Amino acid sequence: MLLNQFLLLSAVLFCIGVYGVLARKNGVLVLMSIELILNAVNINLVAFGALTDNVAGAVFALFTIAVAAAEVGIGLAIVLLIYRNRRSIDLSEIDLMKG
Amino acid sequence: MTHNANWFLEYAWLVPLLPALSFVGILFFGKRMRYKGAELGIAAVSLSFLLAVCAGFAWIQHHDDVGYQAVQSSTQWLQSGGVEFGAGVLVDGLSVMMLLVVTIVSLLVHIYSTDYVGDDKRYTHFFAFLSLFTAAMLFFVLSDNILQMIVGWELVGVCSFVLIGHWWEEKPNSDAALKAFLTNRVGDVGLIIGTITLFFAAGGGNTFDTIKINEAIVQGEVGHTALVVASVCLMAAVMSKSGQFILHTWLPDAMAGPTPVSALIHAATMVVAGVFMIARLYPVFFEGMQIGGSSINLMATIGAVTLVFGGLLAFVQDDIKKVLAYSTVSQLGYMVMALGVGAWTAAVFHLFTHAFFKANLFLGSGSVAHAVHSFDMKKDMGGMRKFMPKTYVTFIIGSLALAGLFPLAGFWSKDEILVGTGGWGLFGGTGGNGAYTFHLLMGLFGAALTAAYMTRCVYLTFHGEFRGDRSHGDPHESGPRILVPLYILSGLAIVAGFVNLPAGFQLVGDSWTERFGHYVEPYKSSYFPAIDHATPSWSLAVVASVVALVGAGVAIYYYFVKVDRLADQTQQSLTELPDGLSKSNGLAGAGHKVLVNKYYLDHLYEGVIVAFTKVPLARAAYWVNQKVIDRTVDAAGETAVLVGRQVYDVVDQSVIDGFVDGSGRVSDATGEELRQINSGKVQNYAAILFAMAAVLAGTFLIIFAL
Amino acid sequence: MSLLAALSADADLYVAQNVFFAVIAVSMIYSAVRVVTTGNVVHAALWLVVVLAGVAAQFILLGSEFVAVTQVLVYIGAVVVLFLFGVMLTRASLGDDESVGDEKRGMAAVVGVLLFAVMAIALIDSFEDGRLVIETPQSVNAVSDAIFSQYIVAFEAVSVLLLAALIGAIVVARKD
Repeated sequence: MLLNQFLLLSAVLFCIGVYGVLARKNGVLVLMSIELILNAVNINLVAFGALTDNVAGAVFALFTIAVAAAEVGIGLAIVLLIYRNRRSIDLSEIDLMKG
Repeated sequence: MTHNANWFLEYAWLVPLLPALSFVGILFFGKRMRYKGAELGIAAVSLSFLLAVCAGFAWIQHHDDVGYQAVQSSTQWLQSGGVEFGAGVLVDGLSVMMLLVVTIVSLLVHIYSTDYVGDDKRYTHFFAFLSLFTAAMLFFVLSDNILQMIVGWELVGVCSFVLIGHWWEEKPNSDAALKAFLTNRVGDVGLIIGTITLFFAAGGGNTFDTIKINEAIVQGEVGHTALVVASVCLMAAVMSKSGQFILHTWLPDAMAGPTPVSALIHAATMVVAGVFMIARLYPVFFEGMQIGGSSINLMATIGAVTLVFGGLLAFVQDDIKKVLAYSTVSQLGYMVMALGVGAWTAAVFHLFTHAFFKANLFLGSGSVAHAVHSFDMKKDMGGMRKFMPKTYVTFIIGSLALAGLFPLAGFWSKDEILVGTGGWGLFGGTGGNGAYTFHLLMGLFGAALTAAYMTRCVYLTFHGEFRGDRSHGDPHESGPRILVPLYILSGLAIVAGFVNLPAGFQLVGDSWTERFGHYVEPYKSSYFPAIDHATPSWSLAVVASVVALVGAGVAIYYYFVKVDRLADQTQQSLTELPDGLSKSNGLAGAGHKVLVNKYYLDHLYEGVIVAFTKVPLARAAYWVNQKVIDRTVDAAGETAVLVGRQVYDVVDQSVIDGFVDGSGRVSDATGEELRQINSGKVQNYAAILFAMAAVLAGTFLIIFAL
Repeated sequence: MSLLAALSADADLYVAQNVFFAVIAVSMIYSAVRVVTTGNVVHAALWLVVVLAGVAAQFILLGSEFVAVTQVLVYIGAVVVLFLFGVMLTRASLGDDESVGDEKRGMAAVVGVLLFAVMAIALIDSFEDGRLVIETPQSVNAVSDAIFSQYIVAFEAVSVLLLAALIGAIVVARKD
């Protein structure tokens, strides 16, 4: 197998995730797209670990999974809070930072 | 290293460690302490100061024994992919000098603050961050690698953000804090890119060590292009941190913080970080900017422009702290210009003296403001010398030092900068790294401006009649905890200049001249470029003094003679009012007062001629007696005020402030598409972020890979 | 197609693995596209399950069985359930009524394609000759040894992070 086939798959997933983050209005869907991005990164980590026959790649992939779990928890809590305050999780309506 | 370095030099890391510990201590236990944590902060900084003094003596000893040989003690912080990231301290003359300056100013500011913010509700919090601020700056100056410098640099930025926004309940204060923070972010991009460039170009991709990087550059192992990129990027960082022109706008706004913080920011910590960084990585700039043998370069020109612009802007400020803030901008311009023309010692020496007199002035202005509860010189000050004679004396000393009058501290350091430009070819004084005549002229002009705006500031604050609110009784002199730091600082403002008398100064022996340069400048060391030293010249010193005196003289004539006389005229009408502004005719009195103040405004800002038509008698007398001088003075005063006002309104407030503040305004004009950038929608920001990341990565790809 | 050419020129051609890889990759990409385009939130979560399972399968292909198992347990077991709870609690529209503006999609697509182009060029340029030779799967022993010795600090940090996230999520979402 080639290293590149995994890396390119990961790049595709990453870019689809980026597309989702940018194009989705629903907060939950944005969080799902972020999961795509994180998974893409994990594939990279494990692939490089396999390339160098090093356990570090797998270890960091595990750490990423743990961090992603924490991220989802917090992210959904925030989405819930936004929903409670605004009765909507449409991100395009949130523009408090408007300059 | 064969020579066993002194204990104080090897353990210099204790100096930043103590305030850092005190930060933690105050944060957790401060509220339960008897003096709410202030005593812990003061104790820690005092100890640091003592250690710094000992380190100073130890360095002199060390220098005498083995010459200029930096003491470096470092440990491995982390290791990744074969690159070792060290953490350590680099002790040489420069860092020891900075330790001394930072600890002494910080100590005095701590003491001063116990009174100044004495009844603040976040007193403990304030002291905690004062300690952290000090620790961050000390950490920064002791860094032995550029990665650690970034850490210190950012820590200083965060602390300044917290302290500027200390009274965050009021919107302008938190805005100012944000502005300071965000403007600095702009420069930080440059810092990071510059650091990365240096790491790969000069560090060979495996070291961040400052000395090794400097040595590699000095030995000519580094390509010129990389150094140009690195120096320009780092210059952007310096511009934001040290308030150089275009990115200086956060600095006057930062006056929203408590005055002791302003003193600390402006004198010893935040803003000099940029100057220090240039001094520390001087080979990068010396080679990158091609300072030697040139007559113009980016750094020197930025400095020169900054010093003149800052000086002009200081003219039109009503807020005493803003005058000082623009004055700091101007003085930082001097330092950067000095570094830009290759006068390394002069710049560092100016940093040293400036720290004392600027801290003195800031704390003095705080003392006045503490008494009148305002910073507005025109509305709430005037005649303060009657109420606060002690503050007045210290403020005068600070002003004279800042104006560069013999023999105060500012005279020696400013003169050295002017000499260092190498642009003075008369009577034997010359040399230096090139003929920076333009910069010499800007420096001279700046000297005149400095003297003039400080005269105005002193007049408006301390002379004339008190214009503030007397309903709560007269303002009174500050207490000893404010005055003692002022005495100490004004004492230092007098004597600090003597540590670096120019070489060949005929009045003292050779062993007394250039002590500062001898011990601080790493001239003979392996990590410093071969710069040329200019020869001091009596004639230039005389000319510079005369220029400063002319600047002061014009302003004195303008304010102390003409304005004062007018004040006398109006004072007669003022004194006709019942004393104390009783309640029955208080309104009338207040109205009259406003008129008088308006009159002042007209007088000060619309020129003497207009004012004189309202006082025909005085006008006639002057026109008969001093027609010629009068005109010159009028023209000079008017032009200065006009130019200053113009610069402030057009360039500073509209162009630059507008540019920095409102990307939204610009995008409004460029249409709908661009306006979406500032839409406040998170996803648009994210889109820009990703797109820019892609563009950046693509650029790197094109440069390095393809 | 230099990639295909390189594949066929590969001396240790893992035919079965490559076939599996291709099948899984294609289904993953298709599912991922559905995740970001479908109008139905619940469907999106289900498509996400397919992607996550595909990632787990890729981990197995790469010989990291333990990571694959964790992926299934944590992601498909916990995270997706969390998402479904999120969907229910926010009563987000379950039907096909999510309307995203065209210009926004266009912008996102441009950014995505640009990003992919840069990454693809960089990857192909730098790892053209990277070959994966996986003879034995990574042992769980080695992974656990590494976590509890070399990376113990990071492990502790992650555990603190999880605790902080737990507390944070409660604080943020609590009603009061």
